[in-house]
Amino acid sequence: MNSVSRFLSKYTIWLYAVLAFVFMLVPIVYTIAFSFNDSRRSNIEWRGFTLDKWLSLCEAQGVCQAFANSILVGLVSTILATTLGTMIAIALARYRFRFRAATTLLLFLPMATPEVVLGAGLAAEFLTAGVPKSALTVILAHTMFCISFVVVTVRARVASLDPAMEEAGRDLYASPSQVFIRVTFPLLLPGIIAAALLSFALSFDDFIITNFNSGPFVTFPKFLYTAAARGLPAEANVVASAVFFIAIIAVVTVQLTSAARRKRLAAQS
Amino acid sequence: MAFGAFTTTAAPPTDAGARKRSKVALILLLPGLAYLALFFLVPLVSLVLTSLQSKVPGGDIGEYQFDLVFANYGTVVGQYGEHILRSFGYALVATVLALLFSYPLAYFLGVTLRRFPLLQALGLTLVIAPFFISFLLRTLAWKQILSDEGMVLGTLKNLSVLPADAHVTGTAGAVIFGLAYNFIPFMTLPIYTSLEKLDLRYVEAGGDLYASPARTFFSVTLPLSAPGVISGTLLTFIPAAGDYVNASNSFLGSPDTAMIGNAIESNFLTQQNYPAAASLSIILMATILVLVAAYVRRSGTEDLV
Repeated sequence: MNSVSRFLSKYTIWLYAVLAFVFMLVPIVYTIAFSFNDSRRSNIEWRGFTLDKWLSLCEAQGVCQAFANSILVGLVSTILATTLGTMIAIALARYRFRFRAATTLLLFLPMATPEVVLGAGLAAEFLTAGVPKSALTVILAHTMFCISFVVVTVRARVASLDPAMEEAGRDLYASPSQVFIRVTFPLLLPGIIAAALLSFALSFDDFIITNFNSGPFVTFPKFLYTAAARGLPAEANVVASAVFFIAIIAVVTVQLTSAARRKRLAAQS
Repeated sequence: MAFGAFTTTAAPPTDAGARKRSKVALILLLPGLAYLALFFLVPLVSLVLTSLQSKVPGGDIGEYQFDLVFANYGTVVGQYGEHILRSFGYALVATVLALLFSYPLAYFLGVTLRRFPLLQALGLTLVIAPFFISFLLRTLAWKQILSDEGMVLGTLKNLSVLPADAHVTGTAGAVIFGLAYNFIPFMTLPIYTSLEKLDLRYVEAGGDLYASPARTFFSVTLPLSAPGVISGTLLTFIPAAGDYVNASNSFLGSPDTAMIGNAIESNFLTQQNYPAAASLSIILMATILVLVAAYVRRSGTEDLV
């Protein structure tokens, strides 16, 4: 094998990965770039750089209201789903009970069901029961599909927990509730936080289920879908770009701190 | 990922006190399971009942009554047969494309970058980066990039590479492209998780035994990453088959590319033909469950649930 082809075969995968990442990032870069577009009615043609849309964000009809609605729905359904899901995760990992297989199936099925079926099913239920569509029905729907993901995330953490920690608490005459509050809960907290972040992200980005159960209530993705038909205002790109930057900064911070902690632990041992 | 999450069933606790405490388990389980029963199971029952309803004689649009009209299913299959076939066809092609795109990428992240933890973390962040920007906006961005006079087609037309009337958006190809693009992270992450744990000594053993790199890949690497491939394909195929955003007119599709999700949406939310929407939903769910069960059985891992 000559050196050129050896070089190529060694670095083909690097080249492929770089091209793949560029391809995946194209629409993201495009969306962020067009948040700086000096657009008039439609935001399709590039008309020059401006910061106006970032500074006068809420002047576009409905963008800020939709964004605020999404935050509200995300927070409430995250709290509900994280509470209910964490309780299930602890029970699954720590207790013996009948109907374990049925419970696991009930948790697995919502994740294996297409969203359009979940959305239409809830809408049919609300229709039959005569419940008008509102923020409440959206929150009920989001909590439902987040629970399974919370269980998956927290359960992994419970399973990795060393039972000796809790035994030590009991040996030192701590009551069961003291053991839970002082030992179990703090150890589970990283898993619970991860689950809450995942729930919020799922809720914030959900469109398909929301569309069936929101009626006149507008979340940010629903705003995007409705506005897409007549052309999206640049302010929508601003909101999405801002969310993107915040999320990326959060992820990078978490990764850097955990890398630093690993390094510190490695240095100690 | 989600589908692998239930595979490692932790051994149930063995201490003698566990059985006594089953009351605690009940208290922990009951609220969440009751919630899922009320907002997941009851809706499914509600869909079945709605799918069998009949029109109220002389009633308004959207007024239906309890009935057992099984013919509703035949009606929607006759009316939306093409939508149903398109859904599963598009989802299948998009899943294969996403797999072909994602496997090398996952291999790069999980094997090539093993010696560079920082680059690996950066790569993973890039893979999940699309999650942080609404998939509606990403799809709209592709629509504008691929539009008739947009960056790609406009340039190619100016260079006379493409005829002036060439178009991409609104075609089946564009919808499949959009579906494949949107689910790349769902495909890449589970495969990465499998490959990251891959013991490279097995791969070396293949080479030591004079297997060609291709042979080693197909008889060692690929089988060992099968759980990731199965999870990834399911996490792509299921949502893709039910998607109605990519195929809708204001995104990458046209009326000629409408999928079953579009038919459910328009029947439920626009035409208020609830029985038709419900029948289509049941057909979609039942078909997916049958396909997934067959697929999981054939691929030999029955411990997914």
